[in-house]
This record gives sequence, C-alpha cells and structure tokens, in this order.
Amino acid sequence: MGAATIAERYTGRSDGQRERQYDNGWRHSYNDGNARGSGRARPRTRRARLKQGDMLATSLGWFSVGLGLTQVIAPGILSRSIGIGESTTSRSTMRALGIRELTAGIGLLARPTTAAWAWARVIGDTMDLLLLGKTLASTDKGRSRTFKGRSRTLAATAAVVGVSALDVWCAQQLRRQDRMPMTDEPKSRDAIHVERSITVNCPVEEVYTFWHDLGNLPRFMRHLQSVHVLSNGRSHWVTEGPGGKTVEWDAEVTDDRPNERIAWRSLPGSQVDNAGVVSFVPAPGDRGTEVHVELQYRPPAGAVGATIAKLFHRDAGQQIADDVRAFKQVLETGEIVVSDATVRPGPHPAQPDWRSA
Amino acid sequence: MKATCWMGKKKVEVRDVPDPKILNSRDAIVRITSTAICGSDLHLYNGFVPSMEKGDVLGHEFMGEVVEVGRGVKNLQVGDRVVVPFPIACGHCNACNAQMYSLCENSNPNAWMAESLWGHSPCGIFGYSHLLGGFAGGQAEYARVPFADVGPVKVDDGLSDDQVLFLSDIFPTGYMGAEMCDIKPGDVIAVWGAGPVGQFAIASAFMLGAERVIAIDRFPYRLRMAREKCGAEVINYEEVDSVPEALKELTGGRGPDACIDAVGLEAHAHGVKFAYDKVKQMTRMETDRPIALREAIMSCRNGGTVSVIGVYGGFIDKFPMGAVMNRSLTIKTGQCHVQRYMQPLLERIRNGDIDPSFVITHRLRLEDAPKGYDMFVHKTDQCEKVVLSA
Repeated sequence: MGAATIAERYTGRSDGQRERQYDNGWRHSYNDGNARGSGRARPRTRRARLKQGDMLATSLGWFSVGLGLTQVIAPGILSRSIGIGESTTSRSTMRALGIRELTAGIGLLARPTTAAWAWARVIGDTMDLLLLGKTLASTDKGRSRTFKGRSRTLAATAAVVGVSALDVWCAQQLRRQDRMPMTDEPKSRDAIHVERSITVNCPVEEVYTFWHDLGNLPRFMRHLQSVHVLSNGRSHWVTEGPGGKTVEWDAEVTDDRPNERIAWRSLPGSQVDNAGVVSFVPAPGDRGTEVHVELQYRPPAGAVGATIAKLFHRDAGQQIADDVRAFKQVLETGEIVVSDATVRPGPHPAQPDWRSA
Repeated sequence: MKATCWMGKKKVEVRDVPDPKILNSRDAIVRITSTAICGSDLHLYNGFVPSMEKGDVLGHEFMGEVVEVGRGVKNLQVGDRVVVPFPIACGHCNACNAQMYSLCENSNPNAWMAESLWGHSPCGIFGYSHLLGGFAGGQAEYARVPFADVGPVKVDDGLSDDQVLFLSDIFPTGYMGAEMCDIKPGDVIAVWGAGPVGQFAIASAFMLGAERVIAIDRFPYRLRMAREKCGAEVINYEEVDSVPEALKELTGGRGPDACIDAVGLEAHAHGVKFAYDKVKQMTRMETDRPIALREAIMSCRNGGTVSVIGVYGGFIDKFPMGAVMNRSLTIKTGQCHVQRYMQPLLERIRNGDIDPSFVITHRLRLEDAPKGYDMFVHKTDQCEKVVLSA
C-alpha cells in the first residue's frame, strides 16, 4: 500500500488494470503476429542495414560538400591548418581537390545513391593520402617546416585514413544495395502502416459482431469490392486496383477474441501482403465502444507493385480515417451519410444532380 | 427547380438546377414555402468562409411541405408542414444524445476538412460551405433534408410561415445566446449587434428574467427596433467614445453581468481599431475581425459570462485573454443546437409569448434573392430581415 496513485484511490482501478483496459494488448500482440511465420524478420534487418548505408552516404555527402566548399573558398587557411604552408601551387591544388570533393559530395547526396560515388571518394582519399605522404617526405629534403606544421600534417593524415575507412564501408553497403533485385527496393517495398481510433455509441457486443462478419467490411471500407467468408477462418478479398483491374487475395483470421479483438492477415504469396487488427474497448462512462484499427500493407514487387503502393499509400491515413468514420455511421445511423458535394467524386458545387439517383 | 447559387464573392444568382432526390433512407424532400437570408449567409456572400464552390446552393433557414420521404422516416408524411433546423443531426451519436445537435458526429461527410481547420468537426449545415458538408441549401424551391426523422418539427396550420420560419435558426440561436448567460434576477445583459439574432437574444434575455438589456449597434433603425419591439436600452457605438465606458456608466460601474456577441467575424468599429483589423483581415493575417468580442470581454463585469453566438471562422488577433483569466470570465459559445429548442419555442409562439415575425422588413420572391442579399449587406432601405417565398 502507500504506492497507490491518486487515480487509483479515486477510481478504485489500478494502473495495470487501466493499461490493460485501454491497450488490450492490441499493439504489442499485433507486432508479434506480424513476425509470426512470415519470414519477415530477415528482410526487415537487411533493409535496416541498407538504410544505414543511405544514412552514411548522406553524412559523407554533406561532409564532402562542406570540405569542398572550404577548399574552394579558403584554400590558404586550409593549407595552413594541415601544415603544408601557403603558396600559389598549394592554393590551386587545394581548389582542384575542393572541386573533386564537391562533385563526390553532390553525387552521394543525389538519390538513388549508387556505390560509384562512394568509390569515387575512396579514390579521392587515396589521392589525398599520396599528397600528404609526399608533404611529410618533403620535410626531410630540408624544406623549412616546423615541428608544429609536421604534427598538423600527421593529424590530417590520420583523419583522412579514418574517413577512408568509412568511405570503403559505405561503398560496400551501397554496392550491396545496388545489387539487390528491384523487389527489395526500399521505396516501393516499405510497408504502409496506419492506425486510427473512433468511438461508436453502441455496446461492444454489437460493434464486435458487426466487424466479425468480414462480409460487412466493404460496407464501410470503400476501396474493398467484396469479402467472401470461406471455411476455417479464411476469406477471399477483392479490391479495385489500378486501371480498374481488381486485386484479390485470401486472408485468414489469426486471432479472434469475442468482444475484444480480431486480427487477420493475407496468406503467403498474396499480391498485396497485408494484415489488420481491430480492438474493441468499452468507452468509459457508457460512451459506447472505442474501436482501434491498425492496418498494414506491403505492396508487391515491380512496376505494378509500385502503382498499387501508390494507390494504397495515397492518403492511406485519410482513407482509414474515412473508413472508421463510415463504420461509426453505419452502426449508429444505419448507413453512410452523403451530401450533394460528396455523392459524386471530384470537386463540384453542392447542388442536386439527377445523375446521382 | 430554381435555387439561389453562390457564384463567387459578392455574387449570387437564382439558377435552374436539378430537383433534389432522396439519397439516404432517412431523407425527406421538402417543397419550400418560405426561406430567409441569414446574417451568416453574408459571411459566405462576402467570401469569408473557405471551401465554397461556384454554384453552391445557399440557404439554411427554410420551411415547407413534405413531398417525399425515405423508407427510414416514420414520423413524417407527405403533406406535413415542417420547419427545418439548420444543423443536420443524426439523433443517435453521443453528441445528439447529449442534445448537442450542432456537434452531431455523423452528419458532416466532409468532416476531414473541418478537422484540418478546427481540430474536430461539428455537424453538417445546409448551404454552408463544403467544410460543413456540402449540402445544397434551402433558398430554393425544394430541398433534400437528411435525418428528417430527427430535425424537422411539424407546425399546425394556425400559425403563419412568418411566425414559425425563424425556429429554423435565428430565434433558437438568440435564445441559446441568452440561455448561456445563466441569467439571475437583477442581471443586466448587453447584446452586441441588433440584427435579427441580436433582437431575439434581447427578447430571450427578457423571457429568461433579465432586469435590463442594453443593445449596441450603429444603425439607428436597428436600435429603434431593439428599443421599441424588445424594450432594450441602446448604445450607438458611433456616438460614444468607448462602449465599455458607456456600459460602466449604465451599470453603476459594475459592467453588464453577461455580454452576448451577436456580431461575429465581420464586426465594424470606428477609427483606428477598425482599420487595424480590416487591414489584418485583408492581408490574411487574421481571418476574423473580433472587434465586438474584444469589447464584450472588456465590458463584462468581473466573474461574468461572455456568450458568443456570432459566427467566427478561423483565427483572431489581440484576444484579451488576460482579462478573461484575471477577471474570472466565462466564455460560452456554439452553433445553436436548434433541435433542442424548437418544440419549447414553438410553444412560446403558440402561447403568444412572442411573435418572431417582428424582425421581418422585406418580403421578396425567390427570384429576387440577389436583390435581397444586396439590401441586407448594404443595410439599405432599413433592411433587417429578408424573407423569400417560392
């Protein structure tokens, strides 16, 4: 005792209880379900590594741009700071190197990043190391160089060696990425993940029962043409794809807890790899039922996939927002309310139209 | 059918458009017998409300005869004479259950637009921008009325259109403005704006027990109506240096117990104050001119209530929050929850407590709607309220 929060004292409900009531495990178990039996863990980490390659390329790109600009604008200052003294030759060499840095930097920042630019930096690094080595060697030939200047040149050499290592690693990451088949091109393959909640003024049993009949989904998920419930928890989904073509897949219910939660996912090999989970939580004070929906799509590979990705991605958040609102309307009022402006697609005045009948 | 269409800023036309049809099962089609131009229509007319499309049918104050009902409407029959409330409300969501009809959670099909501007969406409204649903309005020969089983109230033949038409908006709106003042015996209420809503706010304040009501406007004919028809004391703000000071003098230095803003986003003033807000509004540095609201806040007595029924659309500048906080003011506001007030106010009309037709100054035919807008916006010919008949 004594550790009770004020909320616990007044509501008679422990934090743990409230957490469970609101969270209902839907978020965490969704992620569990996500990894289950789909072999998804591997590509995810590989993608993560590729992302690291991209991030490093960006950092190196900006580094190159910064260094290159300094070399071009203030070659003298830079020459002095690495202990090679100022002369007309050193200044023009520095400028030339600056232009090289700038080119490599811009190349690295451009998207899609290719390994070639990182390799270009590696070659540049080698050139720099050769020049620095030559400078260090030249002191022995009696040029008037101070100890301070020499230690600066040594420090610069150490820095270039460090950066070279990063460049090599980055180039390797990017080369691996270049070699990946298009199917793993991160942009089109990134999963689209959307979540949305709404409160429906109906008892949780009613809300659960309505959703549980998956055949009802097209009544409020407007991109769906139909969902046919098959046997043993499976169902066949049809949605309008790009260019009026339909996209179809089979799905199975992966979790079904009456009045609490329904989770489903497409079967392996589906054109649109997707999963969803909906949780039902009684809203406090007889406010009905909170409905938490979470959907995830992973569009297929290739050009068609990219189009589908665009289709699903386009306002995916807005689409699910519209869908849950429509769900609420169907349950609370029996249908989806339309206005003169929304009964037909596209912008037009709020005017009755005979075509809408 | 003929319908009044918004054709761009300061341009309305009566055009031929298709007749409305039943689109949802709880719809009804009403043949309109009387409709009115509302002060808030002038905000649309002057281009201050976003998301209007050329061709939008205007009008949210209307009544008429039911000519068709959807299969979900059990309480109305063809031939019923009804007044239609301007907020569209489903009757089944949490907001409707709490009688907050103008916050209906299901009646705005463009809720996402309103959410992006206001955070959450209120109800859909007839003929009042796409942001509020994109419903064709009632300044027309016919209108489709969604959720007809919830909104429209049947009226008996003993009462004329002129007497009951304003149950659709301005009478309940003024009444709610007064009700939000939580009037106690001895209270003095100040009302900014002696337009039609202001007149009903004054009348309602008296009905709810106010000791005195003070009306503030700049048009002598409107102040005369407030004084002669409603019994208000009046201040012409163009004739005083400072409205808050004038109100102090009229209230023994206390200030009014409650202040009602029945003006909204296109407030006027004289001098620098007005120029300041006009410039900011024109340069889009604020969307609304909150001159009346600022005055209402500054005038209100310590611990009093500011009731806002004038329409605001977006963002305002120089909002005196310091006065609100340090002087324990309460601000109450909202689009009127008309459905909540229609029956009780219809009773008051039946009883003879009030005859709302006193605000009508002009009766025109529907075809003359553009003329009506022009007179109303320019306050020509002592225009207070324009009623159009189809």
